[in-house]
Amino acid sequence: MPSITREEVAHLAKLSRLELSDAELDHFAGQLDAIVSAVARVGELPTEHVPPTSHPQPLTNVFRADIVRPAGTPVLDRAEVLAQAPAAEDERFRVPRILGED
Amino acid sequence: MYASGSDAIRRTAADLAAAIASGELSAVEVTQAHLDRIAKVDDKVKAFLHVDAQGALAAAAAVDAKRAKGERLGPLAGVPLALKDVFTTRGVPTTCGSRILEGWLPPYDATVARRLREADVVIIGKTNMDEFAMGSSTENSAYGPTRNPWDLERVPGGSGGGSAASLVAFEAPLAIGSDTGGSIRQPAAVTGTVGVKPTYGSVSRYGLVAFSSSLDQGGPCARTVLDAALLHEIIAGHDPLDSTSIDMPVPPVVAAARRGADEGVRGLRIGVVKQFDGEGYAPGVRQRFHESVELLAGLGAEVVEIDAPSFDHALPAYYLIAPSECSSNLARFDAMRYGLRVGDDGVHSAEEVTALTREAGFGPEVKRRIMLGTYALSSGYYDAYYGQAQKVRTLIIRDFEKAFERVDVLVSPTTPTTAFKIGERVDDPVSMYLADLCTIPTNLAGNAGMSVPCGLAPEDGLPVGFQILAPALQDDRLYRVGAALEAALEDRWGHPILEEVPAL
Repeated sequence: MPSITREEVAHLAKLSRLELSDAELDHFAGQLDAIVSAVARVGELPTEHVPPTSHPQPLTNVFRADIVRPAGTPVLDRAEVLAQAPAAEDERFRVPRILGED
Repeated sequence: MYASGSDAIRRTAADLAAAIASGELSAVEVTQAHLDRIAKVDDKVKAFLHVDAQGALAAAAAVDAKRAKGERLGPLAGVPLALKDVFTTRGVPTTCGSRILEGWLPPYDATVARRLREADVVIIGKTNMDEFAMGSSTENSAYGPTRNPWDLERVPGGSGGGSAASLVAFEAPLAIGSDTGGSIRQPAAVTGTVGVKPTYGSVSRYGLVAFSSSLDQGGPCARTVLDAALLHEIIAGHDPLDSTSIDMPVPPVVAAARRGADEGVRGLRIGVVKQFDGEGYAPGVRQRFHESVELLAGLGAEVVEIDAPSFDHALPAYYLIAPSECSSNLARFDAMRYGLRVGDDGVHSAEEVTALTREAGFGPEVKRRIMLGTYALSSGYYDAYYGQAQKVRTLIIRDFEKAFERVDVLVSPTTPTTAFKIGERVDDPVSMYLADLCTIPTNLAGNAGMSVPCGLAPEDGLPVGFQILAPALQDDRLYRVGAALEAALEDRWGHPILEEVPAL
């Protein structure tokens, strides 16, 4: 099984949206390598004709009746929600720029 | 040692509810006694992240008012409860043990919290936990570790160490946990308390902050099997707000607990899991476990050994599946709608702000698991890791199916060792993960499990947990066996195990 290099950890951190420090990259590289080596044992079992299980129950789509919900059903209060936002403006979430400069 | 009797904080939840219903004690008195206890001992134990004294006293006063009006009270009305901080509580801080949610006041109640309020259970506070329920010791909390009242230098297990410790510290007679890989049962084992992971889908996940959605399940924590059963019946049941909630009647767990205590386990078929014994298990854990199996056999249970070879691979499968799901679930912490935001200086982009916030807001174990999950789901590695783990999950389910054709329940130690020292495994994730070795198969299969105390290990005087596993929707079997074992052991000891916990 492949070992995890510092460069790979840096790539994983980028994909995971984690701005890791250099010290963390060093530290996590060794730890993730040890963990991946340990979990790679899943490959020891023969599973050629075994179907995968993603969920303990058979999942079906769940619909609700198209009716107005009864009083008391949780509906989020706009002011209460926005009060918890890192930044709000004009009754909306205010977010940093999402487009590049150029 | 402590004197039992009128001291409200030492009484069982069932007993307290009866005392409140009869007027012997008021709900306000009971809540105040627990608030006083928390004020006195929680600086040593650190079970709570937030104590809601005002909310708890108001809820208790409402119970007393109901009683004064002659209204009928529910089976746990007025009894204080410690709620794991992974369940949302409207207007009451919910952090999941993470800096990223510090100060967050949820705009809605989890279904579990709503059901507790509707049953007049008094939510006294929110308990400490490993960040986002990722851990086996509660050391991964951003707010510092909880300590085990049996020995304050040791961990109370995790992730629900705060809930378990609150019971042993007599800060609350009831608690709620969540069990993704053992986070209810393993803390119960190392603190000498009772913890139950109900069948997946039987307790609503609405408002249970998601870690690994195909594994997470809320459940009851208590000092006695009957108390756990009473709490189980309050929180379980179908919820249209959770699409994986099972629309089936809740198994009769209270009746099963009473039956187990009264009638025992005669005729029940019990399977001892061959894989969970031997090397790596502390001698005192093995000794107490086997004594308990003999005790159950002496009560008339039929005991056989069960071979479940795939269980040896449950741990690695879990540490691929859970991180994979976590890497997706925790993507919601993007610094846009709630929680922490770092680096919003007008220069950094939204994506950079997200990465800076997650770097500052998540602790090391959460970062490790997000990256591990991202790795396991990467193209090129998916088949060998996540895909293969899902197949192992199928094999584990098949081993359970085969076993439950022969026996009614399976049993094993809950965890291989007693409580370890704070700091001992904190920088060695692989050794930390071993704490969940015996609890994980149940989560992967979605069936039901319980840990019940079975004594103190002779070598260190620390509690040992006895695990019982039952097929999906047969949770009542856990309670029958658990109550029978609890009654037989207390008969042998002459008192409940928690009478031996040192004074704080």
